[in-house]
Amino acid sequence: MTASIVAENVSKTFTLRYHRTFKQMTVAMVKGHDVSDDFKALDDVSFTIEQGESIGLMGLNGSGKSTMLKLINGIMRPDGGTVLTRGRIAGLIATGAGFHPQLTGRENVYLNAAILGMSEAETRRKFDEIVDFADIGRHLDAPVGNYSSGMFARLGFSVAIHVDSDIFLADEVLAVGDRPFKRKCMEKMEEIRTSGRTLLYVSHAAGSVRKMCDRVIVLEKGRVGFDGDVDEGIRYLKYDDDNTENEPDEDDTEDMDDDLGADI
Amino acid sequence: MSETVSAVHVAPGELTPPSANQGLLEVFRRRYLLKLLVRREISARYQGSFLGLMWSYINPLSQFFLYWFVMGYILNLHKNVENFAVHIFAGLIVVHFFTETFAAGTRSIVRNKALVKKMAMPREMFPVASMLVSLYHVGPQLVILVIACLFYGWMPDPGGVLAVLLALGIIMLLGTALALLFAAANVFFRDFGSAVGILTHFVRFGVPMIYPYSLVDERFGGHTTAYLSNPIADAVLLMQRAFWIGTTQHPAEMARTNLPPNLFQLGALAVVACFVLLLIGQMVFTRLQNRIPERLQ
Ligand SMILES: Nc1ncnc2c1ncn2[C@@H]1O[C@H](COP(=O)(O)OP(=O)(O)O)[C@@H](O)[C@H]1O
Ligand SMILES: [Mg+2]
Repeated sequence: MTASIVAENVSKTFTLRYHRTFKQMTVAMVKGHDVSDDFKALDDVSFTIEQGESIGLMGLNGSGKSTMLKLINGIMRPDGGTVLTRGRIAGLIATGAGFHPQLTGRENVYLNAAILGMSEAETRRKFDEIVDFADIGRHLDAPVGNYSSGMFARLGFSVAIHVDSDIFLADEVLAVGDRPFKRKCMEKMEEIRTSGRTLLYVSHAAGSVRKMCDRVIVLEKGRVGFDGDVDEGIRYLKYDDDNTENEPDEDDTEDMDDDLGADI
Repeated sequence: MSETVSAVHVAPGELTPPSANQGLLEVFRRRYLLKLLVRREISARYQGSFLGLMWSYINPLSQFFLYWFVMGYILNLHKNVENFAVHIFAGLIVVHFFTETFAAGTRSIVRNKALVKKMAMPREMFPVASMLVSLYHVGPQLVILVIACLFYGWMPDPGGVLAVLLALGIIMLLGTALALLFAAANVFFRDFGSAVGILTHFVRFGVPMIYPYSLVDERFGGHTTAYLSNPIADAVLLMQRAFWIGTTQHPAEMARTNLPPNLFQLGALAVVACFVLLLIGQMVFTRLQNRIPERLQ
């Protein structure tokens, strides 16, 4: 077994800024209030994920799941501890893709693929496949700023899934998108899983986590609350008391109330 | 729970920190991505405007006519400075190159926040792309200048070519360095973006573009070290050496009175200084960029 993702005592501190302008800062300082307020979105998080494992990363809203994925992806760097990864990483973080709102879907596919490390030839080769999977029709040549959040997510997911990555991050990808698309996504992720690539799947849907993952890590206010067996993890979260187990697809609707197009 | 047996997939390489931060070197290693970003910048700089890319030429040309009229006609510099129009335009090309790079570069990260927040990539890409887009607009302006100079009987010479290359090199390095610094700082306080407008005013008046260098020499009684330590002033003087001097009646005499004697030495020194500034810019950027993605709303 080779390690794919290693997190060691990772912490990440964010600043909640109450006072932004010069005037606000001076007033706050005169009154003796805190000028800024830090809090730990991740606090001493450690785990090792082996190559080929598929992990369900779970936890309540604001528990630090997206932040953890950003550190793994390399968008952010930890303030303490280390994150190490092996191989190419692709995926979607916090539902949205890194698309430029003013560019068309087509241009964004090329740009996004280039950022993920694909060459021009590679992108051209896979372009039709990407577009077919996203299935957004004529909107391909319209600016993505005008897309519905579902279409936006579809195209983003489609690009990410077609990159030859060693690690795939899926952060609430199923939160938007209609049911046929969800099914297609699940199939693709199943493919990733069986091909032996590492999968890190964030979801609130107990059913789909059960189906996709062989280990669950639960984050609680930025700390690892649980790391181990899937069923135990779901029980730990008390997500299993709703009787949706026989209908895993139905489960996904739970995701709907989550931050749809939110950026965090 | 399904227990699928996974195929063996071997990921290449070592365990490494995933942050794709290898600075400017990484930017030039990923030229294909840089090309896409430059293309995007070119189409986006005047997005939503009717005249579009033409603004890149209207802008310097309107400045040119303004200076030509106010300085040349009202303040009567046409009399004192031979071919004053060439004198202005030669300087304006590098000054405009600099101000465009500085202004667009400073805004570049905030403007591309959709990508910065969601994708791992060397963020130096954005200021560098801004510089390259501005450089792209220099080409046609140089062509216009050369044609105008040919009418005045100017002939290209090796020293002139070297001077142009030095001038452009200075602005490329300096522009990128400042764009890096300000682009990062602008994420934290948008005040930096507003400060750029003021700084560019200083630039326009702090170089021998709308007045000849001979006046500076005269006013400061030969103590021009401070004036000449401005790399943009050196770049403008190099442009005057390359174009304007050659259009005058007595080039040797003009060069003696209107250029510092050690111009090429100054130019080379400015290149070195700007390169050092670029290294500093990179260092500051690396430090600041840790907090950039979380500060972009
Ligand atoms: N850029 C940011 N600045 C300040 N706080 C942030 C930022 N991003 C996330 N947070 C905070 O960090 C915590 C964890 O966020 P996140 O990782 O998105 O949670 P999750 O994905 O588990 O719902 C939340 O309290 C959130 O408000
Ligand atoms: Mg999240």
